[in-house]
Amino acid sequence: MSAAAQTVATDTAEFIAEPYQPEGDTVIDCDVKKIFYGDFLAVRDSVVPVEKNKITAFIGPSGCGKSTVLRSLNRMNDLIPVFRFEGTVNYHGQDIYAPNVDPVVVRRYIGMVFQQPNPFSMSIYDNVAFGLKLNKFKGNYDEKVQKALERAALWKEVKDKLKNSGLSLSGGQQQRLCIARAIATEPDVLLMDEPCSALDPIATRQVEELMLELRERFTVGLVTHNMQQATRVGDTTAFFSVDISKGGRTGYLVEMGPTKQVFEDPQQDLTKEYVRGEFS
Amino acid sequence: MSDVDLTATADEGLVRPNLQRQMFEGRAIKNNLLTVLTWIIAILAAIPLISVIYMLLMRGGTRLFGAGFVEVLTALPPAGFEMGGGIGPAIVGTLTMVAIATLISVPFGIMAAIYLAILGPTSKLATISRFLAKVLTGFPSILAGVFVYAVMVVNFGYSPWAGGIALSVLMLPTVVLAAEEAIAQVPQRMKDAAFGIGCTRTQVIWKVVLPTGLPGILTGVMLAIAGAAGESAPLLFTALFSNYYIESLSAANNPTASLSILIYNFSGMPFENQIELAWTASLVLVLIVLVFNILARLFGQPKV
Repeated sequence: MSAAAQTVATDTAEFIAEPYQPEGDTVIDCDVKKIFYGDFLAVRDSVVPVEKNKITAFIGPSGCGKSTVLRSLNRMNDLIPVFRFEGTVNYHGQDIYAPNVDPVVVRRYIGMVFQQPNPFSMSIYDNVAFGLKLNKFKGNYDEKVQKALERAALWKEVKDKLKNSGLSLSGGQQQRLCIARAIATEPDVLLMDEPCSALDPIATRQVEELMLELRERFTVGLVTHNMQQATRVGDTTAFFSVDISKGGRTGYLVEMGPTKQVFEDPQQDLTKEYVRGEFS
Repeated sequence: MSDVDLTATADEGLVRPNLQRQMFEGRAIKNNLLTVLTWIIAILAAIPLISVIYMLLMRGGTRLFGAGFVEVLTALPPAGFEMGGGIGPAIVGTLTMVAIATLISVPFGIMAAIYLAILGPTSKLATISRFLAKVLTGFPSILAGVFVYAVMVVNFGYSPWAGGIALSVLMLPTVVLAAEEAIAQVPQRMKDAAFGIGCTRTQVIWKVVLPTGLPGILTGVMLAIAGAAGESAPLLFTALFSNYYIESLSAANNPTASLSILIYNFSGMPFENQIELAWTASLVLVLIVLVFNILARLFGQPKV
């Protein structure tokens, strides 16, 4: 990293992080130029490669745009009418923001787990089978549902009450049900937007263990407020910060690298301060 | 350290507070007076309703709960000095026209509600329609009858369709507003989940939003049906009345009986038998309305 890129708080408006060059294969090459909500510039100039079969953690203070970037990776932000994306998100070499791309199809390959557990108000079984039915899956539903619930470490707890409503489960179970629902269709990538922020420490630990297992099959993008969580499960970490020097609140990538390096030997002063807990 | 030292003893000069209830303190007297007053007002408000139901049960109940209840519920209305007879055609006519009104207003109402709640909640069209729907809930029901009279009856004559359409005009705003509220209350995170798993907007609406909002929608539909079943003014101009069972669903020259018009006709007659039947019909009508109100409450209950 060049000396010129070393930052002080005043010139963050110009700062652009050095792109991280991953060693392994990448599934998503995300190159954000600008993300707008209406006239509001939410995120600028951030290059975030997501590596295959690894967990890429997105950390940073509130309002830094880490969730916005994550939700741009499967075009979830398209649901917000004023959202505008400039840049490219290459998924296996195809830009998912190309005009001929159907966002609905993108989301079938790049699944999502949300901050609040959000099971549908239907039975546990139907929740997991929902995506399969959507994809007109022809085959053994029982087997698929069981497999997804087993992978989500929920099968033992619910196998005798698959007909019960998904909403009757506890918060941690609901979140694992949502993960089962997301992985039942075997997506390529799983995006998780603060999946543990509504959970207690025990449920959090279960979901984290689950993420480490899911990594074997899927590629995971994880937004987290919890830096310990990033160190526990993240293979790569992208640190975002928010630039308030021009009166706005524009998020940008400060530093990205292997988690160990970002936390133990950060290159940027901002990262150093953040991982030491000097500001948040 | 808190401000109050809980371990302090009396000899340190701290007065022990008296926590006992004081019955004749000004505050307590006012409180009791107001409580009694609200009780009295609540009872006063319930008196008209209770006395109506009491009278209906007393005067209509003898025929309905008596030995001849099958005749009352199925037979044709009696003529002049005839004894016996029943209100069968009116019950069937009311149910038929309410069914027609439901078949028209529910699909239209739910589609309109989907537009209002999801597709364009802030669009100009939605704002205007929502306002008009609210205005329509207070629409004088006789005007719905006059409207359908001018559009249909003048051309084709009286029919159950004309009656049903007039009722549907009255049901529509209730269904639209209740369904809109039920649909809008489906949490955004549930819709996000459906989009996140790869649903199109149509699939989100059909597979997640409508099933989740169904209890609320059904409650609105049942309340609308209960309201429509008791209407008389719109039917006066559209279905008229008949002493016979409807034989077809023809939309031309097919006058149809209804409970509310039967009550109106018979209660003015100088014959004891007809007046008794009018009371019985009133009780049956109230029971029908009651059934739909109870159904509305049952559907409205959340089931987890």
